[in-house]
Amino acid sequence: MPPTSQSIPQFPAHLARVLRVLPLAPLSLSLTAYARRVAKTHAGLFRRLGEHDHASFELAPTDMPFVLLLEPRGGDPKVTVTRRAPRADARIAGPLAALIGLVHGAYDGDALFFSRDLVIEGDTAAALALRNAVDDAELDLSEEIATLSGPFAAPMRRIVSFAQRRTGVCLTRPEDLAAW
Amino acid sequence: MVMEIVCPAGTPAALRAAVKAGAHTVYCGFADETNARNFPGLNFDRAEMREGVAFAHAHGSKVLVAINTYPRAGSEALWHRAVADAETAGADAVILADPGLLAYAARHHPGLRRHLSVQAAAANADIINFYAQAFGVKRVVLPRVLSVPEIAAINAETEVETEVFVFGGLCVMAEGRCSLSSYATGRSPNMNGVCSPASHVEYHEDQGVLDAKLGGYTIHRVGRDDPAPYPTLCKGCFTAGEKTNHLFEDPVSLNAEQLIPQLQKAGVTALKIEGRQRSRSYVAEVVKNFRAAVDAVDAGRPLPTGMLARLSEGQATTTGAYKKTWR
Repeated sequence: MPPTSQSIPQFPAHLARVLRVLPLAPLSLSLTAYARRVAKTHAGLFRRLGEHDHASFELAPTDMPFVLLLEPRGGDPKVTVTRRAPRADARIAGPLAALIGLVHGAYDGDALFFSRDLVIEGDTAAALALRNAVDDAELDLSEEIATLSGPFAAPMRRIVSFAQRRTGVCLTRPEDLAAW
Repeated sequence: MVMEIVCPAGTPAALRAAVKAGAHTVYCGFADETNARNFPGLNFDRAEMREGVAFAHAHGSKVLVAINTYPRAGSEALWHRAVADAETAGADAVILADPGLLAYAARHHPGLRRHLSVQAAAANADIINFYAQAFGVKRVVLPRVLSVPEIAAINAETEVETEVFVFGGLCVMAEGRCSLSSYATGRSPNMNGVCSPASHVEYHEDQGVLDAKLGGYTIHRVGRDDPAPYPTLCKGCFTAGEKTNHLFEDPVSLNAEQLIPQLQKAGVTALKIEGRQRSRSYVAEVVKNFRAAVDAVDAGRPLPTGMLARLSEGQATTTGAYKKTWR
């Protein structure tokens, strides 16, 4: 079932404090490279953005000490991690687990929005286009990372599976419901 | 005979999710103003429609293509092309509202089954029989303003199959005739395929108080602990004189799950779930619940208890006009 506020895991505050010292430039470079790989494997995601494929999006995990600026740039995406809110056309904010769960299709965006677990500000149409495009792409972020890990793919999957069980965060795309 | 579940699909992924969750039938539309859910990032291009229909058919499900806006003068070709492309894609039927487009489809695509959209607001047996005689309409999607006895009365006087909404966003207006969205934004579901278009929606949150605006008008202001609303005029909360009230009722969603036995007794053929703008996770969850419900009714078992309120607008549900407590 989709979550309520109570069931969305929060990133532990003590770990979030540790992340405050994380160097952001390498993280931005890694996430940009990762986003460009996703752009190649899921080109339809950027087509589905339509007229919003050059909009900018602030993705704000409310339990983390930084925010992400996502610029799709027509299929040549760039991700910048910053400590201060950047200028963006649209802002989507919520717990990290909610944002990751949305990407994996585990949660319904409208339900999270109605329950106030997700906040949308700025260009609502752009935010809606992004949400719909991501939902259709059927992304599995962990699987993408595992594929990039080459010979370490199998242990990587085991680590992800363990972390998912321990944290309750939806780190992989849930398996489809069985055919009726 | 088990009642048919007609499920929404705003994207190919949602179509696959609906089919895998047990949808007998899926409805969807092309990514343009020919269908009444023309929202950013939604709907199907021609290749996606062909693939979606093939996937559904391979799993024993049907696909209906909604071409249910009203063609603009001078641009009818866009709507004509949509009908032709739906047939080419292998759609099992098209859902139309405009009498001119119905006439065109009947004349040029006689083998393509025609359903009458809720956008036509056909609310009595005479008009439904007229659509059947004039354009060969086989099924009508009834407006969400009828009670169960009124639906039974219609079914007693027509051979046309009836399909009724049972879950999702509740339009309380006579659909196809409502101009409230046009008034505030210049765009409407009837002509542009969008009610309260997202391009005209703004949210502002300040210290937990959330303002929802449409076309610059504040439609809702809710406190920290209240569910967030989508700003549609008919569900707005307004202040007139010294009273602040919703115009018709709270922004709750329709859930007629518990009325399925009565609807079956009233002669209804198919149960429609609203929500082409919702995620594949929502579609799968709702379809799974309703498939279980109709199978239970068919097998003479008690209905499963509802679990869908948290998915709903306002996080609460109503039986809407079916029980008429809100009139």
